[in-house]
Amino acid sequence: MTADGSALRSSRPKPSRSKRLPTLRAQNAPLASADAQRALLERYAGGVSFERSLREHGMDGPRATGLRTLQINLGKMCNQTCRHCHVDAGPDRREIMTQETMRACLTLLENAEFDTVDLTGGAPEMNPHFRWFVEECRRMGMRVIDRCNLTILLTPIGRGLPEFLAEHQVELICSLPHVSALNTDRQRGDGVFDRSIVALQRLNKIGYGREGSGLSLVLVTNPAGAFLPGPQSLLEREWKKTLKERFDIEFNTLFTITNMPISRYLDWLVESGNCARYMDVLVQSFNPRAAEGVMCKTMLSVGWDGCLYDCDFNQMLELPIQTTESHVARIDDLDSLSTREIVTGPHCFGCTAGSGSSCGGATA
Amino acid sequence: MSNQYYCSDDLAKFGEVAENRTELGEKFFAWYSAVFEDGALSTREKALIALAVAHAIQCPYCIEAYSKSALENGSDLDQMTEAVHVSAAIRGGASLVHGVQMRDHVQKISM
Repeated sequence: MTADGSALRSSRPKPSRSKRLPTLRAQNAPLASADAQRALLERYAGGVSFERSLREHGMDGPRATGLRTLQINLGKMCNQTCRHCHVDAGPDRREIMTQETMRACLTLLENAEFDTVDLTGGAPEMNPHFRWFVEECRRMGMRVIDRCNLTILLTPIGRGLPEFLAEHQVELICSLPHVSALNTDRQRGDGVFDRSIVALQRLNKIGYGREGSGLSLVLVTNPAGAFLPGPQSLLEREWKKTLKERFDIEFNTLFTITNMPISRYLDWLVESGNCARYMDVLVQSFNPRAAEGVMCKTMLSVGWDGCLYDCDFNQMLELPIQTTESHVARIDDLDSLSTREIVTGPHCFGCTAGSGSSCGGATA
Repeated sequence: MSNQYYCSDDLAKFGEVAENRTELGEKFFAWYSAVFEDGALSTREKALIALAVAHAIQCPYCIEAYSKSALENGSDLDQMTEAVHVSAAIRGGASLVHGVQMRDHVQKISM
């Protein structure tokens, strides 16, 4: 392979910049395979290991310090095919969590010390048992987060959904990469910005994001390209000002999240000739303070089929947790689960670069 | 060493200019980073100004650095293009306004 990865660049026709893309799976693209992604990441890291970077800063490999958040991938089905998606989610994906696996998650929640359930996908709302599962989690007193792509609220699935979410005090973390249609649609597809604005206005109307309502609305920005996110607090100020002035939209907090070189974003990096440089930026921007605050220390990630991972990124790279049992229905030792060693790889530089990145935004 | 006057890899070596006169280099880089801190102007506005100036002085290193910085700080291509037009308008306008001097000279020496 050449240094810039040109050998991996395919002869697939290039879709227009903002047109809806097929998933890598649908294209039979080489990087639909987790094995191929892991091999490519190793090569692009240029022999720099994440563990070694930690040691150079006097740190050991990360280890879990408890079980706080159970992040559950309810399925890979999505109404969008965003260019940066590390799940390779899309309308053609059929992997969806069964109610039986959801019951196993509820049993784990009952027996362990978790206080937060973080629902993700795909579009988690497309799982037919989504509302039932939210009700069950809330009945147990869990804090419930829905990672919502906003446009799903304008589909038939979204009918009555904002009201349901508000009734159950579900916290919303919604994707809006930019306050302009130009950058948003390039990343997420034609017309996504306009529909996201309509969805946000609907959410505001029932109280989400409004001060004093108790209904939390967080927006997430991922860079629309091969660069790191800017300073979270400054971007939040810009986002709040612009969305208020242009659309009378309010929200509580902005999270900046670094794009992970996994799946469709990795494919885009290779196709656009940005892969080597981006990996170099991630490695060179290693921040030990961000490494201290990585989310995997208190999180456990459940795949659509019930397999357990240290985080959503390890899930997509098919790197399961390293304990004797790695399926949610067969957990027998919670102590070893809550103190397990975290599985790492070159992609971990994505969470430790610059201001750090996690499902809760910047970490340093 | 590259056999070209401009090499994109050199941008990452900017810090090396502090060598040999470290105290001067440190003062420059401390001031430089203070200039770009959030203040009465936001970091996003400062990155756009830097991008416009980069085009005015036609510095390829600065154009690369502040294209990325402008994106990171939340600008989009529409805004960045307008910033470049501002730069071009000032450069073009600066030439054109000297036409007044030309007219003065012509009037002075013409019948």
